[in-house]
Formats: sequence, structure tokens, C-alpha cells
Amino acid sequence: MRNMLSLISSALCRITGRNAGAQTVSELLIDLSEFVNVSSGETQIQRLPPEPPPGSDRAAQLDSEPVDNTAAQVIVSQQFTEFTPEVTFTIKRCELHGLEEGPPDTAVLTRDQGLSFYRTMQTVRRMELKADQLYKQKIIRGFCHLYDGQEACAAGIEAAIERTDHLITAYRAHGFTFTRGVSAKEILAELTGRKGGVAKGKGGSMHMYAPHFYGGNGIVGAQVPLGAGVALACKYQGNNQICVSLYGDGAANQGQLFEAYNMAALWKLPCIFICENNRYGMGTSVERAAASTDYYKRGDFIPGIRVDGMDVLCVREATKYAADHCRSGKGPILMELQTYRYHGHSMSDPGVSYRTREEIQEVRTKNDPISMLKERMLSNNMASAEEFKEMDIEIRKEVEEAAQFAVSDPEPPLDDLCNCVYHNSPPVEVRGTHPWAKLVSVGNS
Amino acid sequence: MAAATRFFVRGASPRLSLSSVCAGTQGSVGANLLKLSPSCVSRIKTHRRHAAHFTYQPDPVPTQYGPTQKMNLFQSVTSALDNTLASDPTAVIFGEDVAFGGVFRCTVGLRDKYGKDRVFNTPLCEQGIVGFGIGVAVAGATAIAEIQFADYIFPAFDQIVNEAAKYRYRSGNLFDCGNLTIRAPWGCVGHGSLYHSQSPEAFFAHCPGLKVVIPRGPVQAKGLLLSCISDKNPCIFFEPKILYRAAVEQVPVDAYTIPLSQAEVLQEGSDVTLLAWGTQSVVKTGRLLISHEAPVTGGFAAEISSTVQEECFLNLEAPISRVCGYDTPFPHIFEPFYIPDKWKCLEAIKKMINY
Repeated sequence: MRNMLSLISSALCRITGRNAGAQTVSELLIDLSEFVNVSSGETQIQRLPPEPPPGSDRAAQLDSEPVDNTAAQVIVSQQFTEFTPEVTFTIKRCELHGLEEGPPDTAVLTRDQGLSFYRTMQTVRRMELKADQLYKQKIIRGFCHLYDGQEACAAGIEAAIERTDHLITAYRAHGFTFTRGVSAKEILAELTGRKGGVAKGKGGSMHMYAPHFYGGNGIVGAQVPLGAGVALACKYQGNNQICVSLYGDGAANQGQLFEAYNMAALWKLPCIFICENNRYGMGTSVERAAASTDYYKRGDFIPGIRVDGMDVLCVREATKYAADHCRSGKGPILMELQTYRYHGHSMSDPGVSYRTREEIQEVRTKNDPISMLKERMLSNNMASAEEFKEMDIEIRKEVEEAAQFAVSDPEPPLDDLCNCVYHNSPPVEVRGTHPWAKLVSVGNS
Repeated sequence: MAAATRFFVRGASPRLSLSSVCAGTQGSVGANLLKLSPSCVSRIKTHRRHAAHFTYQPDPVPTQYGPTQKMNLFQSVTSALDNTLASDPTAVIFGEDVAFGGVFRCTVGLRDKYGKDRVFNTPLCEQGIVGFGIGVAVAGATAIAEIQFADYIFPAFDQIVNEAAKYRYRSGNLFDCGNLTIRAPWGCVGHGSLYHSQSPEAFFAHCPGLKVVIPRGPVQAKGLLLSCISDKNPCIFFEPKILYRAAVEQVPVDAYTIPLSQAEVLQEGSDVTLLAWGTQSVVKTGRLLISHEAPVTGGFAAEISSTVQEECFLNLEAPISRVCGYDTPFPHIFEPFYIPDKWKCLEAIKKMINY
């Protein structure tokens, strides 16, 4: 548990990883040999990196004296086996409703899972920012609801459920589409409406689907009774699978949710209802929309947990707890993830008329899920800044290629206009905009 | 009767009676085919999807209602609501996000001017909004409910059809919710896709007890909205969202009403009658073409077509043509092919003339 810091490896970990000139590990080592940073090595509590030595300009450092703590030279080369394989972190305790005990307040993070979380969240982040760019260039049109800021929810939930479990969410769905197994390429192509998109270009931003992922739903709140239904099917088929039904703080005031809660509780359906509370329902803050902002208590007779949605480990532990609860036959459970979105409600919303830029900035600097994970891993020597940089470069390249594909892929053929309205065998004629136009609808393509 | 839809008839013969269209089919062939309006504007090919499929033709300035001001559609709606809140102390406006002005800016400035107890936001619950509105109306206040997009009106469908529409009938005229007006943005907008482009007027037209109104421009919108509000029946007012900014006219500043349940002759002619509402243009005689964006099966054109052939069968020179949307959900990427635009209407007219 205690971090086994060698002086040399701690010297290499700078939180900002701002070694812009270094292209290889050896260069990095040479650069960093200019200044040595010795951390006293407190792991669990330390959230901020050691202060960089005065003057971050490397040129100035060449002449400066080394920091007078201890051994000043970088002497050993970086070995990956020197990283800490796993660390237990303390996480925020969850508030409970209708439960005696909740998820644990410590979480184990392995190096591999940490890197995997980082990769997932960073890919979602870059993909959403790329979608933002494409939208502003009018290559993506229509409505586009971006998920950046909330990546920890998608990544944490996916880590706690099986691939064979089911998930359904509302329209802010790109993150979940990715975590449920669709490539960034297919997501971006769906946004631009090309036939390489995950729904063949016919769904757009709000309607992306994958095996065991039911979208992607435009009408607010409509997906929650669907999720309860999927859970019923799981119970009925006895396959030990559960369904995760997500919705937002705005949807929490829809009547059909309460109908779903009642049915799920009555029939003990293995359904986790998750409210992603990002504090604003489009432009309305939660205080102005809800008589009770304790969304985890809204299930009343359904037990609830309130979770820090910006901490991927917290989300993972809570979801694991909830999944166990459902699988053990105790019925549904509700989770409220307290999270935040950086963009406005959609690309048509600048996002600053109902909240201040300072607020957004504050969350970005203090609570960003990706930064938090990275800090944790770096300050506990679970990975190097250079590894993260490499991953960033790879991810950027991947998203760039995906965007290229999304822009260059052809649009779906016009025949698709009438396809898949019904299930047809043989194909059924679809009446057109005028009586002499005959179009044919084929159910399965 | 069932829903009263505003008919905007271009090129109707003078004998067109106000409540039915049958007179319009007695025109004779002869005069030149009227130039289709809106006028054909060549579109820049690369930005085809960014332009509306038509150019709005503003009405001439109305002189009979007092001083006018240049307004677009959402401003004319704001003006109508302003007039209402000023003259009717019981009027309240509510809906999602109406307080700051609404997502289409139809209620800008009203909260500041009239107070937060008269213009207020509701949570995200359409069924709740309409149910609540029915209650407000039945108790005697004028309720103007906003549904953010017509596509979202379906959770409230039960309340509208089962509660609002039937209140007077089932209570033997003891109660009614005539004070209720529901407003919703309606129709395609170029990039709305499945859930921001629907035209659900046919669902409501089928329900006796309701009035469904769709204006074609700012002057009409203000007059019709004020008529809906003062009408003693529950009304649904669909506002074509593509016209919110695109349609600009000189609109009277004071309150005025345009009667509901009456057809309007827009342009005289003698060859073909075109019938439409909202954003579709219209022309007519001897031959009837009806056009709307909603899917063709069960759309309101079917009702009109059926009524006309019942009453004017022998006058028809060609089968009544309906140029409407396809029987599919409103598509995302295929929208330019889906909408019944002027080219399809022109093609239909040519076929009818040559029948």
C-alpha cells in the first residue's frame, strides 16, 4: 500500500507532464535531470503534485542549482515494472436511502484498469470535442448533445457491469455508445449521417444502438419504462442479467418514471435506475425544476444511493454494489450520479446564459474526471506522464481518423428512406408524397 | 364539428364558399396556370440543406388594424401574448423555459413586464403541463400552455383528447375548458430529424371538441392566436418553426382577430386549386391538390379529399392529388427527399392538368 518511491522515479512524475520537447524516454530523462523533484511520498491523501521547482523554463534551469533535497541526478532508466501495480484509494462515502449499508468507501485501482479508464474517458472526451468542431463546421447538423465532463459515469458503469448486461439512456448517448463497444469511427459517421454509421446514418446523434445497448432516445423520460421492461425480460429468462436505465435530472420529473419505479419494485425487477444529475435540465437548474433535489430518494420505496459522478472509482464501486443488489433478487435500486457537463445542453445552447463561466471553469480545474484519475495515478507512481502523453497522441490520431472517415464516407442510398419502417416479407409498398410514386420498404437490410 | 382547420386557398374561384371547398372546383380550364408561389429561387447547390425549401412571400401591409411594425413570426406571437396579458388579468402563460423567453424566443420580455406569477416555467412534464392547464382553464383563468415541440405533445395526448376536448360535452355545458390554448412549434425545419419535425395535426383533427390552427405567416399568426385565446373552445395552435425567423411582415401592433374556421382565398385563378396550411403553398380549380408535410396515410388531406369528392364529384376533372410526406418517420439525412416541396407540387399539377 505504501508507495515504494525510488527517488528517481518520483522525479520523473510531473503532474503537468509538460515536457514538450521530449520525444523519447531518454530525452525525457535528460530534460528532467535538470531538476529533481522529490516527493515525500504520501499516497492516498496526496491529491496535488509536488510543486515544480521555481522557474519552469528549462533553459533557465540549465544554470540553476539543483534542488537541495537529496540525490540530484537521474540515474536509472524507467522500467515499467517499477510502477505500482495497484493502489487502494479512499473514495467519497455515498449517501443512502432505504439502505443500512452502502458501497465501500475504498476502491482498488490496478494499473491496467487505470490506464483503461484513462483511455476510455480520454477517447470520449476527444470524440465529443471533435463532434463540437464538426458541428461548428456544419458537417454535423441537427441536434447534438455532448457528454464531455460526464465521462466518469459511462466509464465507471461499464466497468461494473458485464458486457451481457443491458443499458439504455437518453439522448446524451455518445459516451455510452462508445463504452458499450461501438468505435469512435462509427459514432462520428452516424453523427454526420453516413452509411458507415452505427445506425446506417438514419438515426443521427440521438439514436445510436449496439448489442445490449438500447440507445439513444430523444423523448425525455421515455427510455425508463423501456429499461424496466428489459429488466423484466432478463428476470423472465433467468439469465442473471440486469438492465441499467439512465435518465437526467430533467427527466426525473416525468410521470412515466414513477410508473416504472412502481412496476419495478412490485415485480422486483433487476433494474438499476440511474439519474445523471448534471445540475441543469437544459437551461433550468435543478432547484427551479424540482420540489426535491434528492433524486436518489425519489424512488421512495426503492433504495437509493447518491454517488460522486466525477470520480470513476466511486461510480464503479456504487454500480458494482447496485448490480449485486439486483442480481441477488432484491429488486430495483436507484443511483444518483452527481456530475457536470461542460458544454451547453446541445450545440445550439452556448451554455452560459444560465450558469457562469466561473462555475464551469471551477469544475474543470477542481473536479475534472480525467485529470483526477491522471493525478491519482501519477502521484502514486502507477504510470508515467510520458505514457499518458503517448496515449493522448494515439487517441488524438484515432479520433482524427474517425473524423476523416465520417466526412468522407458516402451517405446512405435513397432506397433506405423507406426501409425498416415495418418488418416486411415480402417488401411492402410505401405510399409516397404523390400517388404515382411507388417506393418499397424492406424490413431487414 | 371536428377540428376547424384554416384553409389557405390560392387561386380559388370567387364562388368558393367560406366553409367548404366544393365551389372551388367549378372553375373552367382556360387561363394560364398560375405561377407557383413561393417564387422559384435557384438554390446554391452546395448549401442545399441549409436553405429552406421555399422563400417566404410576405403579405401586403394590413391597414385596417391600426399602426404596424415589422415583425417575424416569433415576434408576432410575442405581440399577441403581450396584448393578451395586458387586456386579460386572468391570463397566464406557462411551459418549459418560457420564463427567459422560450427556446424560440416567443415569450421574450413577458415575465419582466407582467410578473413571475403570470409567466412561469414548469418542470419537464408535458402531461402535467396540459393537465394543469385544463384545471386552470376550467376554473376560469385563461391558460396558455406551451409545449416545447409538437413532437413532445404525445404524453399530453390523453389529457387533450380525453379531458380537454370532452369536458363541455360530458358535463352538459356545466364546465368547459374553452380558456385553454396550447401552443407548440410545428413542422420540419431542415435538420430536425425524427423528434423535432413532426406535424401531428391529423391526430387532433380526428378528435371532436378541439380546434387545430396553423398560421402561414406573422400577420395571420397574431390574429389567429388572439382568436384562439378568445375562442370558447380548447384550441391547439401550431407554429411552423421554420417560419419563426424566415417570415417577416408588417404586423399590427394592437390586438386584432382573424376568424377561425374560415378558408382564405389568397389568389384568384381558374385552373387548379391548391390547398394547404402552414408552410405549403396552395393553388386551385376543377382540380384539387392538397399538400402537407405529415405522412400521407391518415393525414388531414385525406379528410379534405374525401369531403370534396363527396360534395363535388361531378365537378372534378382529375383525381384529387395529395402531395404529402412519406409514410415513414421523419428522416434525419433524407429530409430533402421527404418534404413535399414545390417541385413535387409542380409535378403533381402537371399530371393533373394533363389527366
